Amino acid sequence: MSEEKGPDQRATEQSPENVPVPEGTTSERAVGVRTGMFGVAGTGDTSGYGGLVKPTVFPGAAQRPYGGWFDTVADSLDALIERVVIHRGEITFHVHRDHLLEVAQKLRDDETLRFEFCSGVSGVHYPEDTGRELHAVYHLTSMTWNRRIRVEVSCPDADPHIPSIVSVYPTNDWHEREAWDFFGIIFDGHPGLTRIQMPDDWPGHPQRKDYPLGGIPVEYKGGSIPPPDQRRSYN
Amino acid sequence: MTQTNQGEDLYAQGSDTSDGRVFTVTGQDWDSVVQGVSEAADDGAERVVVNMGPQHPSTHGVLRLILELEGETVTEARCGIGYLHTGIEKNMEFRTWVQGVTFCTRMDYLSPFYNEMTYTLGVERLLDIEDDIPEKAEVMRVLLMELNRLSSHLVAIATGGMEIGALTVMTIGFRERELVLDLFELITGLRMNHAFIRPGGVAQDLPPGALDEIRDFVALMKKRLPEYAALCNANPIFRARLEGVGHLDLSGCLALGLTGPPLRATGYAWDLRKAQPYSGYEDYDFDVMTWDTADSYGRFRIRLAEMHESLKIVEQCADRLAGLEGAPVMVADKKIAWPSQLAIGSDGMGNSLDHIRHIMGESMEALIHHFKLVTEGFRVPPGQAYVPVESPRGELGAHVVSDGGTRPFRAHFRDPSFTNLQATSVMSEGGMVADVIVAIASIDPVMGGVDR
Repeated sequence: MSEEKGPDQRATEQSPENVPVPEGTTSERAVGVRTGMFGVAGTGDTSGYGGLVKPTVFPGAAQRPYGGWFDTVADSLDALIERVVIHRGEITFHVHRDHLLEVAQKLRDDETLRFEFCSGVSGVHYPEDTGRELHAVYHLTSMTWNRRIRVEVSCPDADPHIPSIVSVYPTNDWHEREAWDFFGIIFDGHPGLTRIQMPDDWPGHPQRKDYPLGGIPVEYKGGSIPPPDQRRSYN
Repeated sequence: MTQTNQGEDLYAQGSDTSDGRVFTVTGQDWDSVVQGVSEAADDGAERVVVNMGPQHPSTHGVLRLILELEGETVTEARCGIGYLHTGIEKNMEFRTWVQGVTFCTRMDYLSPFYNEMTYTLGVERLLDIEDDIPEKAEVMRVLLMELNRLSSHLVAIATGGMEIGALTVMTIGFRERELVLDLFELITGLRMNHAFIRPGGVAQDLPPGALDEIRDFVALMKKRLPEYAALCNANPIFRARLEGVGHLDLSGCLALGLTGPPLRATGYAWDLRKAQPYSGYEDYDFDVMTWDTADSYGRFRIRLAEMHESLKIVEQCADRLAGLEGAPVMVADKKIAWPSQLAIGSDGMGNSLDHIRHIMGESMEALIHHFKLVTEGFRVPPGQAYVPVESPRGELGAHVVSDGGTRPFRAHFRDPSFTNLQATSVMSEGGMVADVIVAIASIDPVMGGVDR
C-alpha cells in the first residue's frame, strides 16, 4: 500500500474502516442481541432507531501465524485446542472440557511452556450462548518466560460439569469453590466442592444472570426509587 | 402446600453440633473450659476443636478459624470465610463502567487504589486507549498507589505487632498511616473509598500545595522508617515470635498461588511492577526486595524494605509532577472522559462553575453530551481483559468482560488475600496455636478483599 491516496481512489479503499465486514469472516457466533440505539425501552421513541437489532459478537478466532511466542504455546497444544482468540494483545485458548486436565498438566510441566502460576478461575454466565452458557476462565502465568495466557472452557447449563484442575494447580481449590458457589459449575474431582462465600444452605447461585440482584425501593422525600435492577437503565 | 412448610424459616434453623461438648469462651472463664476439657480427656477424647472468630481482633476482620488442637499443637487448621461477602461483583453488573470504580474501591479497603487501578486498566485495554492516557494521570496513579503501599504495609506491620503483644509497633504504625491518609484526603478528598482512578485517567488534578505536603511527608518518613528497624529488626522477642513461623517455600507458594511478600520472602524477586510494568513503572528507579528465610520474619522485613522503595518512587513522582503543572489528567477522547471537573465553591467541593456556565448558558450540545455521558455512560467493545497489578498483598487482577454495553457484563477480582489465605493450613498445622496468629498476620489478609 505505497501509493498515495488520491481522488481517483474508491471510497471503500480510502477509508476501509467504514466498510462492513464481509459475511462469514467472523467465525465467532453471536452470544446475544442488543436492541435499540439508546438502550431504553418504552420511551415512546419515534425515531425508528429503537427498532435496531444488533448481535453481540465477541472477537473472532485468530489465524496463524499468531506472532511471537503465541505460536510456540499454540504449537505445543495444537491438537487440544478448539479455537484461539487474540484480542488487545491477550491470547485466549478455548479448550473443550474433555481436554482441560491434559492441557493444564501440559501447560504446567512442558519445558517450553512452564505456566507455573494459575491466577484462579473466573466464572462467566452467557445465558444466550445456547449450549455453552457457563464459561470458566483461567488466567495462567509463566514466570520462567514472563508470559500470560487465558484458557477458557465452557459447559452447557443442562450439564454443568467441568473437570477440576486442583490436582495440577492446588491454588484453584478455593477459586473453584467460588465458581461453584456463584455459578453452579460443578468441578468434577474437586476434593471438597462446598460453598465458600454464601451460607451452606443458600438456594441458587447468585452471580448467574437469571438470579436477581435483589433490593428494595428507597423512599426519599416522598419519592420512591426502585432497586438498581428494576430502574430504567441503558444496556 | 403441606402444613409443615408453614412458618419454617429456611435460614434460621438450628446449628447445634451433633457430637462433642460445646464451650462458649468469651474471656475470663478459662477455668470452666480447662475443667471441662480435662473431664472430657478422662473419657478418652483428647481432641479439641476451637472456633476462633468470626470476629476476633487477631483475625484481621471477620475470619473464622477452625482449629483442631492436641494440647497446644495445631493438628488441623481451616478457614471459614464469607462473613463479609457483599456481592460487589454482582452489583457492578448493574452500574455503568465508571460507577464500577466506586464499588470495587471498597473491596480491599486497605489498598483501595489498587482495586481501582486493576479494574480501570482492564476497561482501558478493552477501550483500546491504553496508549492515550495522559502522562500526568499515569504519574498520579503511581504516586497514589505507592502512598497506598506505604499505608497498607504500615497497617500490616502495626496489626501484626499488636497480635504478638508489641503495642508500640501498633501505635507508631497507625501514627504514620494517618499521615498517608491525610495526603489521600488532600488529593482525592477522602481517606478511603476514593473512586479516584477512573477509566481514562484520574478524577481530578492535584490540589495546590499537594507537592509540598508530599515532600514534607517523604522527609518525615525518612526519619521515622528507621525507627521501625531499630525497634523490631533485632528485637529478640520479635524475632523469637516470627522466625521460622509460617514457613512456606517457593514451590509451596507457587502451588498455592501465593504472591506478594510471602513469595518474595522465599528469595524469588517476582514483582509485576518489574516483570510486566503498567502505568509507566519501567521509568522509575526502585528495587524488588527479597528475603531468603520464607518465614514470617522475612515477610516483615520485606514489607519494611518495600516501604523505603515506595518512598523512593513517591519522590520521583513528585519530581515529575512538578514539571507537569497544568497538564491534562483525563484522556482527550470526549466520548470517554468525564465531562466535568470539580472545583471548590463557596459551599464546598462541587462541579466547577465554569463548566456549569458552559453547559447551561453557552452550548446545548455540551449539555446533551454531559447528560448522556453521566447517565448512560460510554460503551465498551465486546471482549475480555485481565490486567493484574502488584498490590501490597500480591497479584491483584480484575477479569473484566464486556458485551458491548454501558455496564460491565462481568467483573471478577482475583484478590491476593483470598488466594493467600489458603496457605493458613500448611503454614500453621503442626505448630503451636499461638503461631497461627503470627502466620495469618504474615499473610496480611484483608477480609474485605477475601469476601468481596
